Amino acid sequence: MKLFEIIGEFILHKLESLGKIIILYIGTLKQLKHRPRFGHIVSQMSHLGVDSLLIVSLTLLFTGVVFTLQTAHELIRFGAQSTVGGIVSIAIGRELGPVLVGVVCAGRVGAAITAEVSTMKVTEQIDALKVMAVSPLDYLIVPRMIACMIAVPILTVFGDLIGVFGGYIVAVYYSGISSHVFMNSISMFVETYDLTGGLIKAVFFGNVIAVLGCYYGLNSPNGAEGVGIATTKTVVASIIAIFILNAALTFVIY
Amino acid sequence: MIEIANVTKRFGKKIALNSINLSIKDGETLAIIGGSGSGKSTLLRLMIGLIQPTEGEIWIDGDEISKMNEDQLQKIRLKMGMVFQYSALFDSMTVGDNVAFGLVEHTKLPKDRIRKIVREKLNQVGLKDVENLMPNELSGGMKKRVSLARALAFDPKIILYDEPSSGLDPITTAMIDELILATQKNLKVTSVIVTHDMASACRTANRIAMVYQGDLIAVDTVDNFRKNPDSRIQAFFKASGQI
Repeated sequence: MKLFEIIGEFILHKLESLGKIIILYIGTLKQLKHRPRFGHIVSQMSHLGVDSLLIVSLTLLFTGVVFTLQTAHELIRFGAQSTVGGIVSIAIGRELGPVLVGVVCAGRVGAAITAEVSTMKVTEQIDALKVMAVSPLDYLIVPRMIACMIAVPILTVFGDLIGVFGGYIVAVYYSGISSHVFMNSISMFVETYDLTGGLIKAVFFGNVIAVLGCYYGLNSPNGAEGVGIATTKTVVASIIAIFILNAALTFVIY
Repeated sequence: MIEIANVTKRFGKKIALNSINLSIKDGETLAIIGGSGSGKSTLLRLMIGLIQPTEGEIWIDGDEISKMNEDQLQKIRLKMGMVFQYSALFDSMTVGDNVAFGLVEHTKLPKDRIRKIVREKLNQVGLKDVENLMPNELSGGMKKRVSLARALAFDPKIILYDEPSSGLDPITTAMIDELILATQKNLKVTSVIVTHDMASACRTANRIAMVYQGDLIAVDTVDNFRKNPDSRIQAFFKASGQI
């Protein structure tokens, strides 16, 4: 009986959190009627987006390298070396690019948002905003949400290019596929929607990372330990949300 | 005018405030005293709508705020200012930007006019040439004064002070008390001061209210409060060295 109680309590707690996230999300969308804070959006894009460029580049470069190492060898065995460039590009454009950039940003950007917002909460700065008749949703969440919805797709484009570049290096200089064949394969197999579909996913991932980052920041337990707990929760929840969303969006887009 | 009618606040099963009735007149300074965890800060946060009561009503200048949504509360809060226990200055902004914050958000005043108001408000709290400093470059007393300047920037009718002397040395505490008195005298605002410092309460307030374990056990003028025979009040005076 005790086990069922624990499971029931766990499920109720998760549903309650989900309900609160949805309420926060709706509240945030309502704030979009106000004039956008362009200065804040640009500063958040620089702070959250540009600073993630290096780690995104490294992640996708090595993903492209490893993916090509694994696939090129097998494809060459079956005489299908002319498909390597296309397969690598489609895999990166549709799935690996947006998902890995999303996961990297969940760790890098989501955690940063939660740490900042929860510190503001602990030091009563969120209350100070409310007291001065400024909505924290409008002031904190909307700029971060818009910034992430712009920055994550831009990072994905960079990631896609660097990932394909990594694949090109391995295919040409290690697996012995000619540069012309690799590039020709890309132009033959890759369609525009292979890239745009991935970018649409990235927009959703950016949205989720920002909203979850702010939610866990605003609801963090008090104290320095609370900031750490909230940050961890953001990263875990964002990564799970990205994988679930990715599956759903793949069904819808492709 | 602030009117609190039968307000109860529970956090889960814990009763933080139990059926509180309190009325604060325009232009009055009321000090709410009580020990740590007695519920006095909860009462202050209820007055500005940061939390909602479990039961009862709170009226600010004829508006019942306890059932208002955030948009409606924002209009009420424009009439109010608050000085937080730990100042709550925005640590990513300079002192000048902190004080200007409300004006930038809610008015269309030109930048040079806002800068002038910021200087005036900082002068009012005895600070000069600090506009470009960051909050982490200020002492505790200076932070409190900047917090007061920020609260004053929008010319509020009501100012709430949450433990204004907490963590300050006696000289700085006396200075903050002087500022509260000067603000009261010059701007004729309604002030509510939450404190556990009895000396400070006696110096600054017209009336004192005492919250004890969630109950409001007395509200009276400073002189009558001193004469109150209730052992809990006398213990507080005694512990503060006021007897």
